[in-house]
This record gives sequence, structure tokens and C-alpha cells, in this order.
Amino acid sequence: MKRIKAYLLFLISAALIALLFLFDRPTGTRAAVTTLTSLKEMLLILPPVFILLGLLDVWVPRETMVRFMGEGSGLKGGLLAFLLGSAAAGPLYVVFPIAAAFMRKGATFANILILIGAWSTTKIPMILFELSSMGLRFGLTRLALNIPVILIITLVMSRAFSKEEVSALYARVEELD
Amino acid sequence: MQTIIFYTVALSLLLLSLIKDREKTRLSLIKAWKSFENILPSMLGMITSIALILTLLSPTVISSIIGSSSGWWGTLAAALVGSITLIPAFVAFPMAAMLLESGAGYMQLSAFVSTLTMVGVITMPLETKFFGKKFTALRNALAFALSFLVAFVISKVVH
Repeated sequence: MKRIKAYLLFLISAALIALLFLFDRPTGTRAAVTTLTSLKEMLLILPPVFILLGLLDVWVPRETMVRFMGEGSGLKGGLLAFLLGSAAAGPLYVVFPIAAAFMRKGATFANILILIGAWSTTKIPMILFELSSMGLRFGLTRLALNIPVILIITLVMSRAFSKEEVSALYARVEELD
Repeated sequence: MQTIIFYTVALSLLLLSLIKDREKTRLSLIKAWKSFENILPSMLGMITSIALILTLLSPTVISSIIGSSSGWWGTLAAALVGSITLIPAFVAFPMAAMLLESGAGYMQLSAFVSTLTMVGVITMPLETKFFGKKFTALRNALAFALSFLVAFVISKVVH
């Protein structure tokens, strides 16, 4: 039952696309083609991401992660989180399991927020896309603004979560493994 | 190009790991598979529903809502449409470029692109599964609000 529930959104959308195909063949075909294209794209991106995650889990000791991105890593930790998020590939939801793995290894809450923020807005391939399709002015202005946006989200959320809530969050992520 | 780099890095590290310790490598691959399996159902659901939404919301439909003279209401509409889901940049920007050609305004497009990449209602269950309700609600709400700030500055800078 739990398995079926997990696939509910997929089953509903697939059924809707099938219906669309029956009543409006060209639109249905377009939806199916878009699904397959994105699926192919995702299946291409994901294997190395998860292989690296698995290796991180097994090889990188907690102390190393704490030293680089944990308590006391300071500005360097934040910068590292920013660079890692910016160099990554894939849509934002791919970062969730990665952020969870980093939390299990002891990265700070603020650095996790920076990682997620950078992943969503300052990814290098994304900026290149943006500059070429939307123009230099648009792309550079958004880039310049997105860095403070990431910092504001990080600051506000760090303030909004009490120490206990942050610990609860880390405990929750631990259980997901 | 980037994909090739990722594969090269991942596979070389995997090989290195295999040379150093077979058992640990096996364990890491099991973990990799488990975390992949963990997000697979939600990912399939997101990919399919996103494809469906993108097909129904054609550039003509969207640009009729967010034309360059649509002002703040158009910006709000753009932000709302963008918030339905998170989509990867390789889909977002070609789409935004198409919208620009069919008459959407820069301020509206900025709100659209910001919320597309940062705010996702469809992806909320997955985010909640990892980080809980408060985190998910607050992160998405902040990103949504700040998208308007960015859109406002864009409207002053880009014409």
C-alpha cells in the first residue's frame, strides 16, 4: 500500500497523459515525448550523482566533513557549500538527498541552506543557459541579486529554527538513511 | 559536456575505491542504489506531471498572461505558474526565451524563472519527507517573496 502511495502522482499523471492521448492525439503525444525526454535527461544525470553520494557515505569520515563544512568551518565552509552547489547538475529536488547525506556527516544547518540555495540559483551551467537565452543584462542582474537572496534565506531560516528544532531535523535525516 | 565530467569523476573515484577496498565499494554502491530507490517514485511522478503541465501551458497561453504590459498582476501570475513545480534549467531557459519572443515582459519572466528554479509545490512532499513541514514551507515562502524583489530590480535595470 505504501508502495502504491509513493507512485500515486506518477500513476495519476500517466493516466491523464493516456486520456489526453485518446482525446487529443497531438497534445497527448507531445506530453508523452516531453516525459520521455526529461526521463532520459534525469537518468543520464543521476547515476554519477548517486555513485558519488555512496562513495561519500563510505569513505569520507565524519571528522573530515565537520572540518570542512561543520561547526567552526566559518566562512570557508560557507564558500565551499556555495561552490559545491554551483558546480552541480540536476534540478533542485536532486539536492535534497545530497543535503541529507551532508547533514548526516555533520555539515552545519547554515551551510546546508547555502548548498540548497546555490543549487537552485547560481549553478554555473544554468547561468550559461540564462546568459545565452535571456541576454547579458538580465542574466548578470539576476546573478548579482541571487547571491544576496541565498544569504537572506539562509539567515532568516537559521534564525527561525531554534537549536532544538535543528537537532530534531538532523535526527530526522539520520532516520531516513 | 558537464555530464561527461561527472561520469569521469564518479567512475574514476569508483575505480579507485574498488582498488583500495572491495567491501567498502560494494557497500557504497548499495547505499547509492538505496538513496536512488528512495527518490525514484517521487521523481517519476514529478517528471510525468511536469511534462503534462508544460504541454498544457503552451508558450502562447503563458505569454498571454504575462505580457510586458501586464504589470504586477502579470508578475504575480508568472510567479504562481512558476511555483507549480521545480524544473531543471535546461528546460526553464529555452522556455523563458520562447516566452520572451512571444511577448512576455522582463519583470514577469524574472519572477517566472526565479520561482521555477526555487519554488515547487509539486516537489513539496519530497522536500517535506527530507526536511519536514516547517523547513519546506519557510524555504518556499521566502524564495517566493524574494522572487518579487528580484523581479522589481530587473524591471528597473532591463528594458
